[in-house]
Amino acid sequence: MTDTKAVRATRRFTLNALRSQEGVLLGLLVLIVVVLSLFSERFLTVNNLLNQTRLFTETALLALPMTLIIISGGIDLSVGSMLAWSAVMLGFSWQLLGLPLPLAVLICLLTGLIGGLVNGVLIAYVRVPALIATLATLAIYRGLSFGISQARSVRGFPEEFTFWGQGQIGPFPTQFLILVTLIIAVHILLSQTGFGRWVYAIGNNEVAARFSGIPVERVKLALYGFSGLMAGLAAFIFTSRVTTTRADAATGLELDVIAAVVLGGASIFGGSGSVIGTVLGLLIITLLRNGLLLAGVKGDATFMTIGLVLIVAVLINNVLRKK
Amino acid sequence: MAVQAKRLPALPNLRIQQEAVVGFAIAVLILIGSLSNAQFLTPGNLSDIAVNAAYISVAAVGMTLVIVSGNIDISVGSILGVCATIAGELARSGQPVVVAFAVAILVGGLLGAVNGLLVAYANIPAIVVTLGMLSILRGGLILVTQGRWIEQLPTEFFFSQRSTLGVPNPIWVMAGVVLLGALFMKYHPIGRAIYAVGNNAEAARLAGINPRSVRMFVFVVNGLLVGLASVLYASKFTAIQSNAGQGFELIVITSAVVGGVSILGGSGTVFGALLGALLLSLIGTVSIFLQVSPFWLQTVQGLLILLTVLIDIVRRRRMQ
Repeated sequence: MTDTKAVRATRRFTLNALRSQEGVLLGLLVLIVVVLSLFSERFLTVNNLLNQTRLFTETALLALPMTLIIISGGIDLSVGSMLAWSAVMLGFSWQLLGLPLPLAVLICLLTGLIGGLVNGVLIAYVRVPALIATLATLAIYRGLSFGISQARSVRGFPEEFTFWGQGQIGPFPTQFLILVTLIIAVHILLSQTGFGRWVYAIGNNEVAARFSGIPVERVKLALYGFSGLMAGLAAFIFTSRVTTTRADAATGLELDVIAAVVLGGASIFGGSGSVIGTVLGLLIITLLRNGLLLAGVKGDATFMTIGLVLIVAVLINNVLRKK
Repeated sequence: MAVQAKRLPALPNLRIQQEAVVGFAIAVLILIGSLSNAQFLTPGNLSDIAVNAAYISVAAVGMTLVIVSGNIDISVGSILGVCATIAGELARSGQPVVVAFAVAILVGGLLGAVNGLLVAYANIPAIVVTLGMLSILRGGLILVTQGRWIEQLPTEFFFSQRSTLGVPNPIWVMAGVVLLGALFMKYHPIGRAIYAVGNNAEAARLAGINPRSVRMFVFVVNGLLVGLASVLYASKFTAIQSNAGQGFELIVITSAVVGGVSILGGSGTVFGALLGALLLSLIGTVSIFLQVSPFWLQTVQGLLILLTVLIDIVRRRRMQ
């Protein structure tokens, strides 16, 4: 009765915000944190949470370009293989070719970039559907990792190399700061720039995007190249964290990455999604995994729960959007 | 004009299909294999190649239906693992082998139905549903088996190691499934409806086809076929590992796609998927005969997949 227009408008706004995928995710995240902190005292501590960021940085680095790629209506299944191939090249060029470590890191990043650009050329210019192109390169890059390394692992990296994966700046893990910088940069790129609008436009209607003068091919090439570069960066941080390079690293990681992006509300058909959503999706998956482990639940049950959360979150979102 | 007509002999309207491209690749690989080693072209080796491809082809037939309808199923590896484990556990606990196999196939159908319900009636994209199911089933399987292998299976269990009329059982099953699948997709109204829905679901609906029932149908059939594939798989080795079927989804999808099944839905044949599975199996065997380091195998496989897809794209552009 006493509702003024403004109050009603605010209420409607809050309701809409809550109904958005990000709202649902935020609610879910709060619920998970509250429930899990009841089960384990160690869960809601600054130390534990900061430590978790070390474990999820590599997945998060891959999820950023994956968000853009899925919004553009594509997909990249080869990210795990690109990570392994880049890591193997790092170890190979350092130990077997005897190159200085910074140069080896540069080669690692370039390997990822080349892998991504090859995907981009196949998808944008040769017009191979993204799912097939990256399914093929998933096998090719994984095969290159095994072939080049002959399945031998490389160890014995010097102490100072571990800074990027194990060290910290102030209270923060090094890679956490790198990640936060990149999250902000990609968020701005997607939501504030013309390039970001192009990405949405391509995902919504590629033909229309082409007719309105958007350089569709070059945008796609850039997106897949970016994905490769991030795989190279993730490989560098991963190697620094575990101080060994192995050809079977990050097997199946592409599914984790895609799950986080989809959980974050990006439509697999393209045209919608956000960096914030993806970050929330990543947080839910990571905290759920860690919290359940601390609460004494077996790792395999955690795997199950994440699958369930993925389906239920999208289901809830579908129901809410219908209303 | 007449002279010109002579100079340009009228080519028969060669609409080369992707199946022909894959068939040619298979022929080339067999030629390379037989030139490299006299042991290659023996009945024993050729039947080994077919047996290796059998359980993959059976699942690839199901995957063909799913992809033609415009969907995808990446949970097939986990379903295979669950069904194989159930078949093994039942047989070891003293149930008749026939019952164990039947239950495995039915469980496959049931899991397919869960996928189908979520895709067709809850409107969740297939890739999301089956990605979730992949995690749920794999996690559940390892939780229940605790990573233990199933061993000491009764001798009747090893269906895939036996032969009927001199031909290994898996080859009979593969031939039967492919033949039935091909006839069904070509002549049965439901088979035609699957193509229609994959091409344009809205147009199909206006033509009186219920796209939801079609989607449900393909996922259930796919589940049943993965169950059947799990029987062929489980009864092939002496032990069933708890990680059985991990990565299987990529092999099955690759088989279908290499065989010309369009990932966009609406086109592709069961026969093509069979050729795709045979090609993948051949690549493995020929590489061994050529003494290619097994570490390079995946690269070779990936490159060949890319090559067949590229040939297909060039062929389509020429046709247009």
